[in-house]
Amino acid sequence: MTKAIAKQKNSSFWERNKKSEGYLLKKTVLDIGLKICRFILLFGMCFMILQPILNKISVSFMAEEDLYSPMVVSIPEHFTTENYQLAAELMSYGESIVNSLLISFSIAVLQIAVCTLVGYGFARFNFPLKKFWFACVMMVVLVPPQTISTSLHLHFRFFDILGIFKLITGNSLNLRGSVLPYYLMSAGCMGLKNGLYIYMIRQFFRNIPMELEEAAYVDGCGTLKTFLRIMLPDATPILTSCFLFSFVWQWTDGFYSKLFLGNAKLVSTSLSRIVDSLAAFLQRLQGSPVTPTVAKTDCILSTGTLMIIVPVLILYLFAQKGFVESLSSSGIKM
Amino acid sequence: MKKQKNKLAGLQRRKAIAGYIFIAPFIVGFLVFMVKPFIQSLYMSFCNVEVGAGNFNPIWAGIENYHRAFRIDPEFVRLLTEEISRMVVDSLAIMVFSFFVALILNQKFKGRALVRAIFFLPVILSSGVILGLETENSLMSTIQVAIEENTSGISITAAVEEILRTAGVGVRAFEKVFEVIDNIYNIAISSGIQIIIFLSGLQTISTSMYEAADIEGCTKWESLWKITFPMISSMFLVNWVYTIIDFCMRSDNEVIEKITKVMVQQINYGFSSAMTWIYFLIVIAFVGISSFIISKGVYYYD
Repeated sequence: MTKAIAKQKNSSFWERNKKSEGYLLKKTVLDIGLKICRFILLFGMCFMILQPILNKISVSFMAEEDLYSPMVVSIPEHFTTENYQLAAELMSYGESIVNSLLISFSIAVLQIAVCTLVGYGFARFNFPLKKFWFACVMMVVLVPPQTISTSLHLHFRFFDILGIFKLITGNSLNLRGSVLPYYLMSAGCMGLKNGLYIYMIRQFFRNIPMELEEAAYVDGCGTLKTFLRIMLPDATPILTSCFLFSFVWQWTDGFYSKLFLGNAKLVSTSLSRIVDSLAAFLQRLQGSPVTPTVAKTDCILSTGTLMIIVPVLILYLFAQKGFVESLSSSGIKM
Repeated sequence: MKKQKNKLAGLQRRKAIAGYIFIAPFIVGFLVFMVKPFIQSLYMSFCNVEVGAGNFNPIWAGIENYHRAFRIDPEFVRLLTEEISRMVVDSLAIMVFSFFVALILNQKFKGRALVRAIFFLPVILSSGVILGLETENSLMSTIQVAIEENTSGISITAAVEEILRTAGVGVRAFEKVFEVIDNIYNIAISSGIQIIIFLSGLQTISTSMYEAADIEGCTKWESLWKITFPMISSMFLVNWVYTIIDFCMRSDNEVIEKITKVMVQQINYGFSSAMTWIYFLIVIAFVGISSFIISKGVYYYD
């Protein structure tokens, strides 16, 4: 019975093909060809992106001699978790991960809270010089932080608010190495890529219909109440994605961390120092200066990178939809 | 009548004040952490800065730092030209790549969500220190060179390269193309955001346009150039600016590395400010000119 139907369908395809003078067949073949091409291309590119991570996973479980052995490609011969223990010790993993979590989380919350206020202000209020201030936001996006890093460095080295501290203690404060400067900067929207967040949030608020707000005003809501009760709940998708960006970029950021958070133990800074700490560790072990071998360094480096990526990766797996969908639906436009 | 007008003005004023209160954090932050350091760093670039125990005093030195950057320092000019040319080539490649990928990802097929997730993964994984580590890792690159030497003849790209080189047609142009192809991993991992921006642009184009074109007898290729391209041309501008800015902030940027080295290790604030300003001005000029040219070609639908 089913065969008959299939046969009928099949014949009808050829019949239809005949009727369309070969057009249908050509089109179907082209379609399938395109699909195969697309599959090969996408598979290749996805593999290219994932390959370094897979490679790191396999290297992190290898003993040193496996890397020298030409027989071992991706499956370790001497399976070991020693690399993880060593890397954890070198980075003081427990301590730095707690620090990083605390700092990234609090900074992300602070940045997004402030950026939401500013973005809302730009989206929904008319005030004199609005264009000028928004041009300033664009300038913050454009100016690479390196341009001002030199003098920010000095600014916090000899920190003072209108000379108050100098009056009291006779000296300006040295805030370098403490966490405070970065919190201050975040509160002033000058953290990592904050201009971008302001821009994205403003764009989102502009797309919410005006009537919603007006209805709230008519019903007797004040400005602040309207913002908190009506607009904020609507903006959750863009806020989550901005928060996730902020968290993740802060987590891996090396520039600001090195500049302002030098003394706090963070995963990003301890990862960038891991090769040096390996050398120091080996030196302590043997009593004389040694350069760690290429293979060992590679093992430790990929293990360390992996250990830092894993928390973010887990976060990404859970919030993946939030990252991709909310961004593409928010419609970033200029 | 007059009273009503007054009331309106009052409401507008109230709104203006509320608006200023909302953006107040930005204004304060901008003035304190942006404008002041900005001017200070400009001033310092003309000075020799001496850092003492409790203070620092800049001593006016004219254009000495700039002179030093261009004429005396052995590597700055070389790094600068290298970095800028790399920026131009890579940004172009990123634009083409992300446009192409966005076109593919906008089609409907099985597993699209998974593929999107994978393409967006690098935005998260190759930011900050991790990217720097991967490219800085000289050990890995030496191993890679060794591997490539041992397996010569297997690589298809190398074979094609060889053939085209011996043919001797437009060798210089081919070199750049090969550079880009060899660099495809770097390009793929730095085009996550651009892909998303293009995708969001593609989704705003209404399908009725394509249908109309289809009925009129447009091929897919024609409708790509006649509909898709003009409709998302504004995205090209956004992406171009974003790509260049992103490139400047990457941690494997050699000019920035040199600047940080001079600042942190040699504690020469004046010289490093001068170098940053040179770099910054060149990049801004480049962004300004190129986006002006692109914006001439941008088509606005409404």
